[in-house]
Amino acid sequence: MAEFKKAESTLEWFDQRLGVTNLYKVMMSEYWIPKKINFLWAMGVILIMLFKILLISGIFLLMYYKPDVNLAFDSVNYTIMQEVGYGWLMRHIHAVGASVVFLVIYIHMFAGIYYGSYKKGREMIWLSGMLLFVLFSAEGFSGYMLPWGQMSYWAAYVITEIFGGIPFIGDELVVWIRGNFYVSDATLTRFFMLHVLLIPLAILGAIAFHFYALRFPHVNNEDGEFFDYDEEAEKYLAGNKKESKVVPFWPVFLSKDFMVLGFFMIFFFYLVFYHYGFAMDAINFDKADGLKTPAHIYPEWYFLWSYEVLRGFFFDIAGISGKDLGLIAFAIANGIFLVFPWLDRSPLVKPANQRPYFKYWFWLLIADLIVLTIYGKLPPTGVNAWVGFFSSMTFLILFALLPVITKMEAKKVGGE
Amino acid sequence: MKEMRILATITALVLITYYGIEPYAHHIMHPEPAPADYKFSDLKNVKKVKGNAANGKALVEANCVACHSIESAGFAKMMPDADAAASYGVVPPDLSTAGNIYESNYLANFIYDPVTASHLSHKYSAESGKTHPMPAYNWMSSQEIMDMVAYLQQVAATVKVEVADEASVEEQLKAQHRATFIDACGRCHSMAYAGWSALTPSDTLKAHMGAAAPDLSQYIKSRGEHYLHSFINDPQNLLHGTSMPRVGLTEEAQEDVIAYMEEIGDSKKADRESLGWKVMLYMLVFALLALAWKKEIWKELH
Repeated sequence: MAEFKKAESTLEWFDQRLGVTNLYKVMMSEYWIPKKINFLWAMGVILIMLFKILLISGIFLLMYYKPDVNLAFDSVNYTIMQEVGYGWLMRHIHAVGASVVFLVIYIHMFAGIYYGSYKKGREMIWLSGMLLFVLFSAEGFSGYMLPWGQMSYWAAYVITEIFGGIPFIGDELVVWIRGNFYVSDATLTRFFMLHVLLIPLAILGAIAFHFYALRFPHVNNEDGEFFDYDEEAEKYLAGNKKESKVVPFWPVFLSKDFMVLGFFMIFFFYLVFYHYGFAMDAINFDKADGLKTPAHIYPEWYFLWSYEVLRGFFFDIAGISGKDLGLIAFAIANGIFLVFPWLDRSPLVKPANQRPYFKYWFWLLIADLIVLTIYGKLPPTGVNAWVGFFSSMTFLILFALLPVITKMEAKKVGGE
Repeated sequence: MKEMRILATITALVLITYYGIEPYAHHIMHPEPAPADYKFSDLKNVKKVKGNAANGKALVEANCVACHSIESAGFAKMMPDADAAASYGVVPPDLSTAGNIYESNYLANFIYDPVTASHLSHKYSAESGKTHPMPAYNWMSSQEIMDMVAYLQQVAATVKVEVADEASVEEQLKAQHRATFIDACGRCHSMAYAGWSALTPSDTLKAHMGAAAPDLSQYIKSRGEHYLHSFINDPQNLLHGTSMPRVGLTEEAQEDVIAYMEEIGDSKKADRESLGWKVMLYMLVFALLALAWKKEIWKELH
């Protein structure tokens, strides 16, 4: 064991045992972030805040929620919403937070795509981020089932049914997931377990991994510029702060993040108190009834685009049933973003608007996703079905074209 | 400024998406119902003549009290609710407040022909073999029916909702809302979150009407005020073929009912609305302080 001197101060006492000064340097005061950034770089901190809010409100909800088909609905809508002091506030915060977290995830994700923050050494940041997206999706879906309202039940029914389309094992898989032949008490309790234990644990791990993945390739900047971080950090520490291209995480980067976070939270609480309908669907205030199918079944807004890709193929093509085509397209849609860094064949790390072909591709994708989202909610009848088909096809074609146009882009800018 | 341009772009995209999945989608999935008609102007069987309450009293006593109680006028219930439900299919209403909560043209036409007035001809048809528990009084003259309506209105005017002496105005209003709800809806519908069980047992009602009446505890949330106003006024407009009768409430009575549904189903509305702006104000103070701090820190960097 190393020799120990008697500590002269409390800080030194902790320093000897935990190396807090070094930890503070590594994590805060000498964790370097590029200076040339805009408010989109604050989305990570907003997401952390939202996750914290969800975790804390979720813990309070957990104290009164009852995962039982006979008790769940009333434990939420009566006990929590009406009996428990500020239970309604926790539920509103949790429901709205769960919806808004996806809005911010999408902004975060598409900012990453726009600025090319997924390639040239940043692949693991992208992959760990996509892992978080998958985990949050599972968390959102399992949580939506818990109030045991009509939409909880029927969305669970429809989404678990999707797994039935997997060849050979589909039917058995659906029963395995549900724990029964239909959505039942067993389904509710296992999704409860997933929602409050397994997935949150995985999310915590994935967040740590996502942050760790940022340390070596560093955060991207507004211009996609690559520079020597050690050199720039030295400039900063030498007092040459104006010239240095980096700022420390604390307090400089976080001071900006807190400001963005502050304004964002005003908006968030406006939604929590005065405009929560988008996150708490009216139909879900009817108790689940397996004998009464609602006129319109749709998932939460953040799943609508991929749901519409699933529904888009409503007729058979070349002897393959529309249902199977939809399932294949759905599987592609959910997996394709994972391999994004390898579909973009251009070496250019630049904001999309400075990339000759990619800029059109990016805005077309955004437009297509918005169309898919909107038509994912509308009844798939008449002209809506065709809009769904063409926007689903557009989605697939856009991704098929991505390697081609980025390869062309690479050739065009090859000299640079 | 660049950041403002980014913010404007994101805001625009979010608003377009929001418009599509919320107001627009709801507009497509739930077309605007016909406005409520509180005059029930489709009912024209009884002429709107001035009624004579004294004459009506004799007619009501001769024709109604064999089945209906009028507790405020001294006619007690004939039998326990469960027995009444078993005999008639549904517990007959006490008529103490009928002259108040039912619109007079509706009430007159209901007496004349209950099935037509309540829009339930699909339930009480020759094919279904079911008959409405109340016989039609279409053999009476308009004058006689209007006399009975006048009497019922006179009785209703004397009914006071019982509240404690020290009750605040708000408490009195709430008691009024509850009383109207019980008279207008409570024979078939329960309100579990307020401890109210329907007078007619659920199974009896299901056997009689073909469907059980839902508990209304959360209907203010699942249906919304806008829908309820239209639905209660004429259920067939929004839910064709439903077993729920048109009950003929006056606008005031219907507002009482919906107010009660909100008081029970969304009991924290006042708390929510009074707390919301304070939390937002708190976050504004935080945001402004954070802005000042950020400016202070960043000024030496550019």
